[in-house]
Amino acid sequence: MKPPPFGYSRPESVADALATLARLGPDGKVLAGGQSLLPILSMRLAAPHHLVDINRLSELGYVRVEGGDVRVGALARHAQVLADLPARAAQPLLGKALRLVAHATIRNRGTTVGSIVHADPSGEMTAVLALLGGTVRVATTAGERDVPARDFFVGPLESAVQPGELAVSATFPVLPPRAGTAFVEVARRNGDYAVCGVGALVELDADGAVSSARTAYLSVSPTPLVLDLTDAIGSEPDFAAAAVAAREQVEPEPDIHASADYRRHLAGVLTERALREAHAEALERSGRD
Amino acid sequence: MTDELFDVRLVVNGAAHDVRVPARRLLSDTLRHDLQLTGTHVGCEHGVCGACTVLVGGAPMRSCLLLTVSMDGAAITTVEGLTEADGALSAVQQAFVDCHGLQCGFCTPGFLTTITAGLRANPDPTEEQARELIGGNLCRCTGYQNIVRSVLRAAELQRERAAT
Amino acid sequence: MTRMFGQPIPRVEDDRMVRGHGGYLDDLGHDALACAFVRSPHAHAEIVDIDVTGALDVDGLVAIYTYEDLPDRLADPLPLLIPHPALTEGRTQYALARERVNHVGEPVVMVVAQDRYVAEDAAERILVSYRSLPAVVGIEAARAATQLVHPDVPGNIAANMLQTVGDVDAALAAAPHILELDLSIERSASTPMEGRGVLARWDPESHRLRLWSSTQTSTGVRAAVASKLGLALVDVDVITPDVGGGFGVKIMHPWPEEVLVPWAARQLGRPVKFVEDRREHFISSAHERAQLHHVRVGFDRDGVILGLDVRFWHDHGAYIPYGIIVPMITSTQLLGPYKPGAYRVEFDSLYTNTLIVTPYRGAGRPQGVFVMERTMDAIAATLDLDRTVVRERNFIQPDEMPYDHGLLFQDDRPLIYDSGDYPTLLDKLKKLVGWDEFEAFREAARAEGRRVGIGLGCYVEGTGVGPYEGAHVVVEPSGKVKVATGLTTQGQGHQTVFAQIVADELGVPLSDIEVVTGDTRRFGYAVGTFASRAAVMSGSAIALAARAARAKALKVAADALEANPDDLDIVDGIVRVAGVPGAEISLGTLAVLANPLRYAFDDAAKAATQFAVGDTSKPPVGEDDEPGIEGRDYFSPMQSTFASGMHAVVVETDPDTAEIKILRYCVVHDCGPLINPRIVEGQIHGGVAQGVGGALYERMAYDEAGQLQNASFMDFLMPYVSEVPERIEIDHLETPSPLNPLGIKGAGEAGVIPGAAAFASAIEDAEGITITAMPISPSELFELRRRHEERSSP
Repeated sequence: MKPPPFGYSRPESVADALATLARLGPDGKVLAGGQSLLPILSMRLAAPHHLVDINRLSELGYVRVEGGDVRVGALARHAQVLADLPARAAQPLLGKALRLVAHATIRNRGTTVGSIVHADPSGEMTAVLALLGGTVRVATTAGERDVPARDFFVGPLESAVQPGELAVSATFPVLPPRAGTAFVEVARRNGDYAVCGVGALVELDADGAVSSARTAYLSVSPTPLVLDLTDAIGSEPDFAAAAVAAREQVEPEPDIHASADYRRHLAGVLTERALREAHAEALERSGRD
Repeated sequence: MTDELFDVRLVVNGAAHDVRVPARRLLSDTLRHDLQLTGTHVGCEHGVCGACTVLVGGAPMRSCLLLTVSMDGAAITTVEGLTEADGALSAVQQAFVDCHGLQCGFCTPGFLTTITAGLRANPDPTEEQARELIGGNLCRCTGYQNIVRSVLRAAELQRERAAT
Repeated sequence: MTRMFGQPIPRVEDDRMVRGHGGYLDDLGHDALACAFVRSPHAHAEIVDIDVTGALDVDGLVAIYTYEDLPDRLADPLPLLIPHPALTEGRTQYALARERVNHVGEPVVMVVAQDRYVAEDAAERILVSYRSLPAVVGIEAARAATQLVHPDVPGNIAANMLQTVGDVDAALAAAPHILELDLSIERSASTPMEGRGVLARWDPESHRLRLWSSTQTSTGVRAAVASKLGLALVDVDVITPDVGGGFGVKIMHPWPEEVLVPWAARQLGRPVKFVEDRREHFISSAHERAQLHHVRVGFDRDGVILGLDVRFWHDHGAYIPYGIIVPMITSTQLLGPYKPGAYRVEFDSLYTNTLIVTPYRGAGRPQGVFVMERTMDAIAATLDLDRTVVRERNFIQPDEMPYDHGLLFQDDRPLIYDSGDYPTLLDKLKKLVGWDEFEAFREAARAEGRRVGIGLGCYVEGTGVGPYEGAHVVVEPSGKVKVATGLTTQGQGHQTVFAQIVADELGVPLSDIEVVTGDTRRFGYAVGTFASRAAVMSGSAIALAARAARAKALKVAADALEANPDDLDIVDGIVRVAGVPGAEISLGTLAVLANPLRYAFDDAAKAATQFAVGDTSKPPVGEDDEPGIEGRDYFSPMQSTFASGMHAVVVETDPDTAEIKILRYCVVHDCGPLINPRIVEGQIHGGVAQGVGGALYERMAYDEAGQLQNASFMDFLMPYVSEVPERIEIDHLETPSPLNPLGIKGAGEAGVIPGAAAFASAIEDAEGITITAMPISPSELFELRRRHEERSSP
């Protein structure tokens, strides 16, 4: 299990990186944390022609709360985001989900933006971006564009980042007032990819009624699935009804760890758990608990 | 077909080493075979078992998931670097001896490095925190019982040593 | 001196290991060439063509070998290590595939190169064309035999074996109650943290081979390699370095790589090394456990078994190099602590197009115990009796020891339990886990909407199987004691426990004793480390060898001190005459005196030269004497000694997600007197964790085409700390064995054996759903619940 040969560049600036990526086109592959890429290389499941190592771009190693967003630079490690108290206060779902990303040692190197670009439908941070309606900023030598989450995840392990492009940051909208979040999952072992996972965002109106209930799912669809369960849950929150609605809408596949029906069942159970928890937090944050 | 070679400087256990390696060379291989620091073990080469864990700038990372070339200039601590300056076992190493925290010893270096960093961040872990600290490392021999004990014993030893 | 036997002392091995100074296989031979293998991607295929041209221009390539390159005996199939009369259709593989491949991962081409990166580059460029054949995967397909793994083996049956005690048909016909059960266990594997590996250095000047292998048997490897390469045994040294775990998989030998690597080293005149990677380990080492069982049991109204009829099918994979040891163990050890009345057991050992099967810790016992304990629980359920009551009523009683089952064990010797006290063990377990108080706990949990269950599993384990082990103990002139035994070490702490034995026998401090295992240069006669035999076999041999050395030391000391040997004792390495202060002599001095010398190469030796000592009227070394203070002895018992134990587990199952959580895990264990309780408990901990893995997490997920879908640590779910019990509660009973000088029994495998049985019992108890197959995942429990509800609803 040794990687095949590949070319290697280690740009010292974003401009440098973009120029290199532009030159390489489809032959270029970005190396950030590498915690998903290296196993793929060592198993020789991929043979990129040339790696562009962005680990020197310390200018991208930031976590900021700006405007209505938490903005995470492409070189911010999961551990760095998890340790960033202002960011977690602004959007508590980040911390709740990041705790479930692999193990701490992987989080020390893996980057949050990198895991989003990896576009694994069982990755926690892809679901968080999708649920919150965040964006990914993608840069080329020609300029930058912001891709909304709904357009970003094209297929399993396939994102909207094109050859020659570099994802430089991702934004996660901060938690609105009178809102609560939760992230729950069932994994075979602690730290494994989830058999099923659910992130939830519940918002209340001024009277304490549910004005919005949205959920995002891991491992039950080819790309991160977001459901709007506001109607299903109703104003007097009926969590069980929301769970039924969720079960009907997920598209799970069986694998060696779980049957499709079990995953569908879990989607319902975890939807209810996540919504209850998010709702309770929303009440608490509205001063209504 | 020839691999292009890159000059890389690594500071390992406080000593600078210059190596010339292909871009694809894994840090685990450089440590083990180029520098002959064979205490870092390789158990899976896909980042799951944790046997190859080393400290990079003090933070535990899987050396099988790092390219040597990408680590140019990094300060790395391997299990060989955990021992005290006078050659005595560190608190974590001593705790593993005291608590029978190892059997075949193959996974042990990854646990020792991980726990060393973990106790720096949290010198007085609860039993639950001790479990969480070692939650990403596989051991096939011990059933983890005595490794959890070793974490708690190491914390105790550190406190005792600090007091004297 | 404190007796060292029984002391929970820290291990002498650890200081080196925690410093990172262990020396495992891949820590050696930095100058060696590396290997990679082109392995079959097909479960069953004919090899049409091998085209290596694409690999030839890879920089750093040294050699490529296929079957056609193999000379003489290397071109023959690898040996069938354990022949048996019932094994009528034994087939083994070639070192490199010849014409056909029979499982994914079978080696087809060997590549030698400057390093592993380059070797993999070259291997990737070698094109092998195959004509794919239908694959036989799983026991049902093997039994159906619509496809054959080996065209000349009808029914895919390598072996059929039947053992009978009493008239089972009559017993069943007369029984008031009869139950039939179908019970199955899936494949798992030892999965040590270090895979296989071998390093060879050929010395062209002396025509000698030096081989390092990550093995459980250095003498076995030596014999196999010498035979394959046509070398004399004395010209082959096999050294076992530190081994990163074995658990059975490294008792298999020779691996194809173990004969190919030394052959290539001799061909190339350069050291060659093979280090298996994790993916290779999953598809090219060995698995175990897959068996399907059909049980018919007849019992009376009290739950006493009158007749037991077990028919089972064992999946041994594509070849059968290790014989039928595993199903033979199942067929005998299934009986556990019970009297089965009349007993009939018959098995077929079946070929499939999957990886070979060799013993994995427990070796057929986890399956057998699962079958017997599920049967006990089924009897209890039928008669509405407490599960422990049914077991008590079927136990062999202490006053029935030794107990002869009337069967033959894995060593072809009678299955006779030497000692044990099962009723006491069960009492201890019930107290430890609080069996009688569990219903109150269940009610309290139920009131909170929680679902809990308790289960147990009982086993008897034949340990310390023959044929023999030996040991050598020598006192150096420095007074240090060097001990060698031939079997190998994979983390069991042999250097510590063997030194404890020698310390007591010889009267020397522990720090003066050094133990070497698994090095044919130091001890050439040995069998290996398996079947929980190291302490019993080598421990006993070491005790005997140390006693011989002691006798020699006392004889020399008696001469030197002009005393009666009966008045002498050895304490802290000094021989003293009882009641005569100052009359003493050190073991080191005795070692000098016992070796009459011509040359005074140091001050100590001066004392032993011909002009300094000796009675000139006698030869310097007497006719029945030898120089030196040393002992060499062997231990070869008539039969195995039988350890026993019982586990109880309390689980909680999530009513919604079907997740299974372990609340308590309790072990009572009887391996006779404990040499080092800390090490025994460590062995139990590790075994229990493997039992948890086997019950709840680990399986080999082959698809219908014979592809292993989870050949990685990502998908083969070895437990992390988060999956094992927070505390493993242990109580011991120490019933000595009459069969060896130390009275001990083996402890290495015990922890894993009743795991699947105990978990099945507990989950069944929590859920009220019959569990007949293990392992079980939350997804499978969910499906069981659904089927159960469908059946229960009108």
